Amino acid sequence: MTEVRFTVNGTAQCVEVEPRLTLADMLREECGLTGTHLGCEHGVCGACTVLMDGLPVRSCLVFGVQAEGAEIRTVEGLAAADGTLNVLQRAFQAQHGLQCGFCTPGFLMLATWLLEQKEGVDEARLREVLASNLCRCTGYQNILAAVRVAAQEIRVWREG
Amino acid sequence: MRSFQYSRPSSLTAAAGEMGGLLAQDPDAPAAYLAGGTTLLDLMKLDVARPERVIDLSALRGELGHVHPGATELRLGAFARMAEVAAHPGVIADYPVIAQSLALAASAQLRNMASLGGNVLQRTRCSYFRDPSWAACNKRTPGSGCAALGGVNRAHAVLGTSEHCIATYPGDFAQALLALDATLVLAGPQGSRTLPFGSLHQLPAATPHRETTLLPGELITEFVIPARAWTRRSLYLKVRDRESYEFAVASAAVALDLDGDVVREARIALGGVATIPWRAHGAEDALRGLTLTETLAWTAAENAFAAARPQTHNAFKIDLGQAALMRALLQAASLEIRP
Repeated sequence: MTEVRFTVNGTAQCVEVEPRLTLADMLREECGLTGTHLGCEHGVCGACTVLMDGLPVRSCLVFGVQAEGAEIRTVEGLAAADGTLNVLQRAFQAQHGLQCGFCTPGFLMLATWLLEQKEGVDEARLREVLASNLCRCTGYQNILAAVRVAAQEIRVWREG
Repeated sequence: MRSFQYSRPSSLTAAAGEMGGLLAQDPDAPAAYLAGGTTLLDLMKLDVARPERVIDLSALRGELGHVHPGATELRLGAFARMAEVAAHPGVIADYPVIAQSLALAASAQLRNMASLGGNVLQRTRCSYFRDPSWAACNKRTPGSGCAALGGVNRAHAVLGTSEHCIATYPGDFAQALLALDATLVLAGPQGSRTLPFGSLHQLPAATPHRETTLLPGELITEFVIPARAWTRRSLYLKVRDRESYEFAVASAAVALDLDGDVVREARIALGGVATIPWRAHGAEDALRGLTLTETLAWTAAENAFAAARPQTHNAFKIDLGQAALMRALLQAASLEIRP
């Protein structure tokens, strides 16, 4: 067993894990944060995307022990403490950016990172970045629309 | 996934020393270095890679994570992440084929984790190699045969194949390095050395399980890419089954030095079509000293695939690869290069 110290959504964590445990399983099993979903478990679908030191990663392709000292952000950190949804979550709801919702945490975290980029978001960048995650329900157009609307609302959208 | 022992040495010296100690006890010690992990974890989950000891190199990112574009050469630490290098303004401006090959690879999440050193060492995507339920794979189990030869081989190689293996080298960055005559800096239990990038990958021949010329326990610490007359007129063209987040079906890294319309020097490396990153020397020779026209570009492209040997399902890769190379050459020639 190996001790790992890191933070999740600003809260310090210290867990003892087997080195073969993935970051996704560590978040779900050791930290009780089951908002991060596991789809393919091979780095293909992106459902397990979390932010690690500010960057989106596939948490199924990262060992938990690699998170030593890292700041992790998960979908549980997006809404306010009282449950109020943030701008991006509201846009997903309003634009019907989800149906079954399984892929949604991954898309939300990927889009959270995209919206935080200082260069802003245009249509080409939006499509290139979101192409890395899979959704079997929506046909993607409503997910693109949700992120576009959120980007416009927080004034980081750039007409291409 | 099988259990393994884990360690995180604090320096390059400590990591190489640890691996050296394991190999001294057992030259075939099932030990692996872990960098970004995006290939290793995947192969461990598939039970294709079975290390009993994993040496995590995370601590080396501090000393070997640099991106230094200079006037005479570009130096890249092997632990720099793909995304950092792809987005670096100095790399984009002066070594465009490097930046493009990285930006067009994988997905945003993978580019954020994957290291440069790990990227060039990534294993083939051959579905028979990646699935141990297929007994026949000379790369996975030497001497067991090759299921791809009589199987579904649309994605397999047409260049550099042997009767023992037709698995495609999957990467993009390696072709850029090969075209620009990069040099590797290596470190390991026996000390450090340099190696021309073109000498890293080995043809499958009769030993497809041996993929590189790295010595036991050796790891890549740095890439050195010289700035030459053709470096800035360079690009990476990648053809794939969908527009984003997919491996190359055919790709070309090209770099040209032109005198007007006349080719003074050309550098060409092909991806998606060969068992290793594939330098097309013959095509380069076919261009040198001549005026670059569509006809000449096509002649060079035909030359590049003259030795191609298609399998049942992948003959289209010859036409596609030739067209990709021709388009890459003509696009490179039309680039406006600032003085």
